[in-house]
Amino acid sequence: MVREILENTVDGILSGGVYALMAVGLTLIFGVLDIINVAQGILVITGAYLSYALSVHLHIGLFLGLLITIPAMFLLGMVIHLAFIRPLGGPERTSMSLLACFAVAIIIEGALYWIFGPNFVVLKASNASIRISGFYLTDIYLYAFALAVALVAAIYLLLYRTKFGRSVRATMQDQTAARLIGINVNRVATLTFGIGVAVTAAGGMAYGATSGGFNPNSGYDLISRLLAIVILGGLGSIGGALAAAVLMITIESVVDIWYPNWAIVVFYAALVLVLTFRPAGLFGRAAVRAQ
Amino acid sequence: MTGAGRATGAGRAAHAPPAAPAGRRAAASRASGRIVLAALLLALAVMIAVFPLVFTNGAVTQIAVDTMIFVAAACAWNIFSGYSGYLSLGHAIFFGSGVYAVAIAARDFKLTGDAVFSLMPLAAAVAAVIAIPVGLVALRVRRHTFVVITIAIFFIFQLMAFNFSFTGGTSGIVAPILNWTAATYNDPFYYLALGIAAGTIALSWLIRRSRFGLQLRAIRDDEDRARGLGVRAMPVKLTAFALSGCITGLLGGVWFYFIGIAQPQAAFDPLFDLSLALMSFFGGLGTIFGPALGALILEPAQQWLTIRFTNDYLSEILLGALFLAVILFLPRGILPTAAQRIASRRARSGDRARGSQAPAVARPKGTGP
Repeated sequence: MVREILENTVDGILSGGVYALMAVGLTLIFGVLDIINVAQGILVITGAYLSYALSVHLHIGLFLGLLITIPAMFLLGMVIHLAFIRPLGGPERTSMSLLACFAVAIIIEGALYWIFGPNFVVLKASNASIRISGFYLTDIYLYAFALAVALVAAIYLLLYRTKFGRSVRATMQDQTAARLIGINVNRVATLTFGIGVAVTAAGGMAYGATSGGFNPNSGYDLISRLLAIVILGGLGSIGGALAAAVLMITIESVVDIWYPNWAIVVFYAALVLVLTFRPAGLFGRAAVRAQ
Repeated sequence: MTGAGRATGAGRAAHAPPAAPAGRRAAASRASGRIVLAALLLALAVMIAVFPLVFTNGAVTQIAVDTMIFVAAACAWNIFSGYSGYLSLGHAIFFGSGVYAVAIAARDFKLTGDAVFSLMPLAAAVAAVIAIPVGLVALRVRRHTFVVITIAIFFIFQLMAFNFSFTGGTSGIVAPILNWTAATYNDPFYYLALGIAAGTIALSWLIRRSRFGLQLRAIRDDEDRARGLGVRAMPVKLTAFALSGCITGLLGGVWFYFIGIAQPQAAFDPLFDLSLALMSFFGGLGTIFGPALGALILEPAQQWLTIRFTNDYLSEILLGALFLAVILFLPRGILPTAAQRIASRRARSGDRARGSQAPAVARPKGTGP
């Protein structure tokens, strides 16, 4: 029993890293644009299908394929922002952009069903595993985790060590002030949306290789978890998203030992419980409450 | 969407000063406009009332029933989300709860025939009872967090419908068979849904005129200020939430007998929430007739797409595209846009009549009939 718990904890932490990567994209978009990209779930699945298509039809390895899928998803993100999000204005802008993202998600879901069909597919990775003091860890879990850590670190460096990152953070803090000191807020918003969506390429690949399989409908499952994670971590807080992702996926993974069908409910129950006592999320600032 | 009525009133007062002839002419044109509008509404009402008697084709009446259910659901959604500004994407919680409340009761009480309709109040009651704890949790947070909480709770409910044994799991629960004539089978459903829709619109009108409605709209405009002015925000929001959920649950009960089966993915459908929101935005959020108008246009369009394109996936793509088009091209909704057009034309003609050079800027926001 103890052994099982330990094993699932490690599993949870490793896949939590993958979720953290997707959640960072979501929370980054929220921080800069003040919108919730509810299409993030289906975009992750799109990333997974891109990797699938590359590996099955062109025999390009999963990790090598990222060199193609990440730029592709980056472009897709910028197109979505330019075409559907940026034109929105007026008093209901935030609600409308949320609905626009939802509509985009429906279109993408339909397109994926059309192209790939409803059957579950799996990204085939090597089944090799390593043994650490009696535990077996599948390599791909470790690689996926390492990839997620590397990309989150890259985003961190981009945000805190570059001029572009400074303008992103300035926009997150105060859009008007950022505009006043000469930051092209529109450009920052489009690029941020692109980056937030680009991480779904890597997240999708890692998700497709480590989960039992996926189909276009998996997007709903993903987005509901991701939303719970970013809210728990406090909307717009990157550190919060990382912590919440690892924490929640680990809890889910451990509960899964006893109640596989209900593990996900624990996840939402925790969300409801936390928000009852801390409406701003675990690491959020009180500003989330303000209207 | 600040202070709808007030903004209009102010605009009119400013742009139609008591310059006698112009004022009288404006008043006359306004009166004739009212008559035309009333006649149009009356014609529409008659058309809706006799619709299934004129178009007896089963496929058509089926769409008509669906549309009426959505008209009522969109108006119910608007009572909470439109008036309070809290965008709920979790109303399928109440719809699905209504569906399952009736389905489970009909199965366990072994009801058959028309007796099943005695269960309708149960659907409404269950939805209202569920709305209170859900509201107590969700309404503590605002804006995005509220939206996301409603989505999260929605997924909990969908999961419960899938996993509990008493819901019949994925295969669902089949409705008792109604021994009605095939030719007019859809008619009772149509008039039931129409009755609920009319009741909801009437309720919506009453609330908008009431102190309660004013409190809701004060919360929408600025919740903190409303609290400062003595509005007890939580009970007000919760009442609207439960009321709205109660009607949605009732509709779920109707829909269950109409469709004949309760299945998790159809009863708790994320598209249901999105549709309600878009219908309301399309017609005019926070107006009385806007959501009904939106549903009258969008639901048949949606059904037509599904029938016209036998490829499910293509119709899903087109549905998403339709929604996007609504968001991009008519973001403020039909009725507010129309009201603004009329008001600015009136202001312009008033200005011309007075020979004044004053710029014609009348922008009443969110004006509803």
